[in-house]
Amino acid sequence: MSYPDNLKYTKQHEWVLAEDGEGAIGITDHAQHELGDIVYVDLPKPGDTLEKGHSLGSVESVKAVSDIYAPVSGEVVAVNELLSKHPEKLNEDPHGEAWLVRVKLTDPRELGELMTAADYEKYVGAE
Amino acid sequence: MTAVIGLKRTPLFDIHCASKAKLVDFGGWHMPVQYSGILEEHHAVRTAVGLFDVSHMGEVEIRGPEAGKLVDFVSTNYAAKLNVGQAHYSALLYEHGGFVDDILVHKLSETHYFLCVNASNQEKDYAHIRTVNRFDCEVEFASNRYSQLAIQGPKAIATLRKLTAVPLETIKYYWFTRGDISGVPALIAHTGYTGEDGFEIYIDPASAPRIWNEVLAAGAEFGIKPCGLGARNTLRLEAKMALYGHEITASINPFEADLSWILKMDKGEFIGRRALTGVAERGVTRKLAAFEMTGRGIGRDGYEVWIDGQPAGWVTSGGPSPTLNKNIGLCYLPVQKAIPGVPIQIAIRNQYVDAVTVTAPFYKRTKA
Repeated sequence: MSYPDNLKYTKQHEWVLAEDGEGAIGITDHAQHELGDIVYVDLPKPGDTLEKGHSLGSVESVKAVSDIYAPVSGEVVAVNELLSKHPEKLNEDPHGEAWLVRVKLTDPRELGELMTAADYEKYVGAE
Repeated sequence: MTAVIGLKRTPLFDIHCASKAKLVDFGGWHMPVQYSGILEEHHAVRTAVGLFDVSHMGEVEIRGPEAGKLVDFVSTNYAAKLNVGQAHYSALLYEHGGFVDDILVHKLSETHYFLCVNASNQEKDYAHIRTVNRFDCEVEFASNRYSQLAIQGPKAIATLRKLTAVPLETIKYYWFTRGDISGVPALIAHTGYTGEDGFEIYIDPASAPRIWNEVLAAGAEFGIKPCGLGARNTLRLEAKMALYGHEITASINPFEADLSWILKMDKGEFIGRRALTGVAERGVTRKLAAFEMTGRGIGRDGYEVWIDGQPAGWVTSGGPSPTLNKNIGLCYLPVQKAIPGVPIQIAIRNQYVDAVTVTAPFYKRTKA
């Protein structure tokens, strides 16, 4: 699996795709692989405020529950409804169809603190 | 695969690594939690056949003229009632009535018993049995002489039949026999920990890698999958089979664990009997109950259970049921609440999510 260049990544294995002051947030292929079969996703509601580094929800596999940390701060403008019925999409297409939430970015400068695809690939390779 | 230093390995460790299994530390053992995925492995066992490496499990053998007397003194079920070639589920208890472990007892002859015990308890169990042995028999720690493979699922018998001349269909449930599997002497038991039909075989560790591969080849036409401890856990939970450290611990007794059927109070003296006689007279205050989630969320091991706004118990095992497509679990509750149909709440990460107690097992196979 290659990590798309247009995403920015965190050490906790989330990604952000930023465009026009908004950002889509998801978990990485590495994260879904480590979790195994994902069966449940707990997400915030539109209008909720996310603070960078704080838990925004959780992803549960058969075996375990794992927090998702906001890679950037912002206000939730959309939640991926697909995942409540089809959490397994997170295993199938974590960088695309299975995005978690979209936020209106509070501070776009936060994006600069995230890893590039090349950095992230090195990071998970070494982990 | 990077090996974690200090963890024990089964003879199949290299095969697990080569097959890209995800390995975890399980009670000091480096064990596969999954190969292709827990859900896929779980469904393979329910609909076809799965193969498990359970070589981490321990074995204790007891030999001598009074072997049966020791087994009956140290465990709760009635070993004297076993026929040669028969096995049963039983428990080792402390004097106070709590669990040392849950075990399988196999009667090989009038003077020879074979015990299968939990991996993380094997040294403790062995020491416990030796300490109380005042009978004319020897207790052997035999774990190093056996690897155990579990072949489980409706196609288990068709898979194993290809590798042995033993008439498997004549081995009744919870009976066993000795015979060759691909030329390797084996104890072949019609037992399992999945709620599905199947066999557990005990063989020489040196032969285990070859037998593993031959079972996989024999089951290929049925869609056999190597299965890890993850699927083993979801399968046994659906069948409401207890797991040491979860449903049963040193501070839980068999009445509480809903295991009074392995408690033969009339058989004579055994360790824990005196304490349990008192428990039987007074009655228990808490008991194991089964639940399913009605709200959105998964009640997991260790979460608190609340009833009417008050903490009432805890979840011992919980998670998704791949067969039923529900979130299920087991929990301890006050005894008067440990009946089906009681609304409860599970405290899931600061939220109280609705659930209801139900009858168990959650899954029962339809007999062929």
